[in-house]
Amino acid sequence: MAAIAPRADATEELPRATGRQLRTVLILLVPGLLWLGIFFVVPLFTLAGTSTQTPSGSGIPGEFVQTFHLANYWDVISEYKGHFGRSFLYSILATALCLAIGYPLAYLIAFRAGRARNLLLVLVVAPFFTSFVLRTLAWRQILSDDGWVVSSLKWVHVIPQDMAVTASPLAVVAGITYNFLPFMVLPLYSSLERIDPRLIEAGGDLYGNGFAVLRKVTFPLSMPGVVAGTLLTFIPASGDYVNAALLGNNRTTMVGNVVESRFFRVVDYPTAAALSFILMAIILVLVVLYVRRAGTEELV
Amino acid sequence: MSTGIKARRWLGRHALHIYGVLAFAYIFTPIAYVMVFSFNRPARSNLTWRGFTLENWTNPCNAPDVCNALGNSLKIGVASTVIATVLGTMVAFALARYRFRGRTTTNLLIFLPMATPEVVLAASLLTLFLNMRVQLGFTTIIIAHVMFSISFVVVAVKARIASLDPRLEQAAQDLYAGEFETFRRITLPLVAPGIAGAALLAFSLSFDDFIITNFVSGDVNTFPKFVYVSAGRGIPADAYVIGSAMFLLAMAIVLAAELFRWRRAKNL
Repeated sequence: MAAIAPRADATEELPRATGRQLRTVLILLVPGLLWLGIFFVVPLFTLAGTSTQTPSGSGIPGEFVQTFHLANYWDVISEYKGHFGRSFLYSILATALCLAIGYPLAYLIAFRAGRARNLLLVLVVAPFFTSFVLRTLAWRQILSDDGWVVSSLKWVHVIPQDMAVTASPLAVVAGITYNFLPFMVLPLYSSLERIDPRLIEAGGDLYGNGFAVLRKVTFPLSMPGVVAGTLLTFIPASGDYVNAALLGNNRTTMVGNVVESRFFRVVDYPTAAALSFILMAIILVLVVLYVRRAGTEELV
Repeated sequence: MSTGIKARRWLGRHALHIYGVLAFAYIFTPIAYVMVFSFNRPARSNLTWRGFTLENWTNPCNAPDVCNALGNSLKIGVASTVIATVLGTMVAFALARYRFRGRTTTNLLIFLPMATPEVVLAASLLTLFLNMRVQLGFTTIIIAHVMFSISFVVVAVKARIASLDPRLEQAAQDLYAGEFETFRRITLPLVAPGIAGAALLAFSLSFDDFIITNFVSGDVNTFPKFVYVSAGRGIPADAYVIGSAMFLLAMAIVLAAELFRWRRAKNL
């Protein structure tokens, strides 16, 4: 099995594999990478291929021929721009909410939790242990207009009396926020935890008040976590359709809902493929722009 | 000092803790909801409270299909966890221990599936299966679950290997242990908790996956798919029992592991 590297330390350069070690590396890598190659990379090409197909004309649903019909993309963009808009609006809102809710929580766990740190981290990911669909449905009940949560919020005038929460964009954003919160808290925690507490003390010694230290020292140092957390929240959120399907109405549907229905209800694979491809392309562009702007190359 | 100022000071000092309590209350609200409604008296749907009963817990397979779907989910979860953990651990060792040409590409290939929305992974896999005329079912679900779990296993195990003290392995070799023996008696036991954690993660990803499963499952039912499909006509309370039981089981495993670690840390 793996040959033991003599000085494999995180801080030192790893040894360059040669000869027999190279063979070991190959044996270790090939099965896993082959799996990803065949079932992740190749499908992206078949997806691209499918996205430019047109119906075969035989009248049989589900039969398409390759005609390199790039106009599929324009059709899809003009027909579903509302869905793209909502997908990105909802996921950006939810990501911002996750950051606002998650940052103080990650800060608390990293700096104030003492021995309970690991336990609290487990509690943050606890929702993962109940079914995703079940807890989304639970929110539908909890946030229903005649439930006690909405009525008490109306009673204290946090939300207007005549506002509907059931099957509204608000419920969809709330659901996405809840479901992806752990993806925000974990990277935030791991980058906050790495900050040398002496730097924060030094900020205090230099007469920075709590807020100034947070703004000038802690937050900038936690930037890698902020970037990783926002990406890990935003990317799955923008492709999600379960929250929109279970918590929203037919005017809150996102790109994922269309992809699903084009595959299963209307047998229209090219449209679904083109939609998925555009979604991925937009996400890729947004991620590159964002990472550049946030000025960090650290992604995971 | 007036009580007002005192109260404000106290609030200032404890604001973060109060926030923490509220945040965890928020995190646990839907979980508590699922648990409470698992004790609801059964009817066609489980939306309004009708009274306390233990009936659902004593007979969780009452509703047709629910346990069948659960069984499928467990089988798929175990199979894909085993494959993903083995393949991912192998890749993690190669990446953590060696420098080689193509390392950057490998890292990218590991990272990309995690940065792709599920619906895109699902749509692309389905187009592949449709083009190749592959029969959708258990095999295609397991293929898909292994695909999206590998990356998470690699990341988790790699982190564990990187945190090892290299001197332990050197000591073994100084004591005339061969490469294989060092690996088997020193490296593997030290990395094992990382591998176990990765396997738990892979299982929970597989068990809870809905979007990708929904695309590539054909007519095989899984637990999340069962819940989603029955959401329209009413979910039986048995599904809430299974959801709660899985939650309690997972929490028990994690807490037991944590307790074990505490006790070991105290003994060392």
